[in-house]
Amino acid sequence: MDAAANSPAAAPEQGSSLWHDAWLRLRKNRLAVAGLAFLVFVAVTCLLGPLFSPYGYEEQRLDLGASPPGAQHWLGTDTLGRDLLVRTLTGGRVSLGVGLAATFVALTIGVVYGAVAGFVGGKRDAFMMRVVDIMYSLPFPIFVILLMVFFGRNIILLFVAIGAVEWLTMARIVRSQVMAVKRMEFIEAARSLGYGRRRIIFRHILPNILGPVIVYTTLTIPAVMLLEAFLSFLGLGVQPPMSSWGVLIKDGAEKMEEFSWLLVFPAALFSLTLLSLNFVGDGLRDALDVRSSKD
Amino acid sequence: MLRFITSRLLQSLLALFAVITATFFMIRFVPGGPFTAEKAVTPEILRNLEAHYGLDKPLWRQYADYLASLAQGDLGPSFKYPNRTVNEIIGDKLPVSAELGALAIGFALVLGVTLGTLAAVFRNTWIDYAASGFGLLGISVPTFVVGPLLVLACAIHLGWFNASGWYGPADRVLPTLVLGLAYAAPISRLTRGGMLEILGQDFIRTARAKGASEWRIVTRHALRGGLLPVVSYLGPAVAGILTGSFVIETIFQIPGIGREFVNSAFNRDYTLVLGTVILYAVLIMALNLVVDVVQAWLNPKVRLEG
Repeated sequence: MDAAANSPAAAPEQGSSLWHDAWLRLRKNRLAVAGLAFLVFVAVTCLLGPLFSPYGYEEQRLDLGASPPGAQHWLGTDTLGRDLLVRTLTGGRVSLGVGLAATFVALTIGVVYGAVAGFVGGKRDAFMMRVVDIMYSLPFPIFVILLMVFFGRNIILLFVAIGAVEWLTMARIVRSQVMAVKRMEFIEAARSLGYGRRRIIFRHILPNILGPVIVYTTLTIPAVMLLEAFLSFLGLGVQPPMSSWGVLIKDGAEKMEEFSWLLVFPAALFSLTLLSLNFVGDGLRDALDVRSSKD
Repeated sequence: MLRFITSRLLQSLLALFAVITATFFMIRFVPGGPFTAEKAVTPEILRNLEAHYGLDKPLWRQYADYLASLAQGDLGPSFKYPNRTVNEIIGDKLPVSAELGALAIGFALVLGVTLGTLAAVFRNTWIDYAASGFGLLGISVPTFVVGPLLVLACAIHLGWFNASGWYGPADRVLPTLVLGLAYAAPISRLTRGGMLEILGQDFIRTARAKGASEWRIVTRHALRGGLLPVVSYLGPAVAGILTGSFVIETIFQIPGIGREFVNSAFNRDYTLVLGTVILYAVLIMALNLVVDVVQAWLNPKVRLEG
């Protein structure tokens, strides 16, 4: 991150900013590019696809029942005669949406908490990080399960609960980065100009630690989507007739003996999406890690 | 060292107390009770039931009573299983989960450490790519996808195993595979990273210069340090794996503690929920402590600070 700190993000030097370098390096990483392309494809298809489908995701045709993939229904239908393609795409909206929203919650809490702890330092920092340590040692999946069982299963609560679980690591990363950056000269300069704490944290420190934050965010999204699908698989997350990849995989797993396509398609799409997210996250980490560029 | 352990124990006790208190009051403030699901309960019977389990007392009194019996190791009676205590239920279900967990973690360690070490030693060859690919795949494809797919292939199409159940030794194979694979993937990635770092260090070069065989260098010199990242990962992982995986137990219909926990939450079986939460919390805290101590033993550079 030294490079970022020494040459402010606004530096007009051509082709030498951290972000430009990172983009060049990322482009050379074929897996990351493929992952990115696939993610864009999935996101666009999930968003727009259902609009062009003649079927609705809840639309049942009991006389048809479960039918294998064919010309009418490209991915087949489920036992209630619902079009699997539309259900998969609609489910993708929910899964991706929950993934992004919960990650955003985790990101916000983690960044603010970590930045404040790292910036104030001293006893208050020690106390705040001890709280994080203690929370790390709690059985959180259990609390999420309890929350979902007790407070009905609405999606808003779902991503707030997941986001509240996932912020801890982000807080740790941000804190250590802030502690490194805050001793640099340009922060001292900002201080000598009489800027307030809030301005220094949000305008001067945070832009300089974006790299690790972005990397960890990309890696949080798949973790969150996994948690959502896990809850839905246990029947605690998204509720039918609404669809999500977890719900579809659960349905498919129950009926796979006779109707294997119900499991195979949603499971494949879900796994490929997670794989792509991990490729992009790993690629970003390599691309933004200034140290690794030396070898 | 002793000071570190004592201070961590005290800290854990405090956290445990917070967990118990939070869970106790949280489950009481949600709608529904352990007896609402039962049909045709007249108000009179309901009152008797509540009196029998002490639910008619003021909440703070129930809380105090619970803590008092907990201090003696008694987790109270189950509200849903008549005449059974939570201790008995946990004693019944935990061994099943622990057996599955032990098998899976053993399998995951052998597979993960082998793959990770091979990947590091043969860096940038096809062995490395294959092992790393496996690692990424294992992280991206969740157990609730692998599980049903393996059942579909090995149990339904090939007919090698039963699709579910927990009776003979053959019933152990598929759940162990599925659960183990999920943990083998991160272990192989961590091993590879740790080994790469160690293999580049001077003392490895010294060992090579002295003519030690590659096998000896890897197993005797490098593994001890290279496994450090794995050790810190294992703490929480072992706790999760020993107490059972909700998903695996659901897929294979294994009568373990994970499934019992989810059911108890649905049933509003207050004492059973609390008992399982306490069990999980204690296990995680204990294993984290063990991990810290083992890490200090493996790596003298680590300083233990309370």
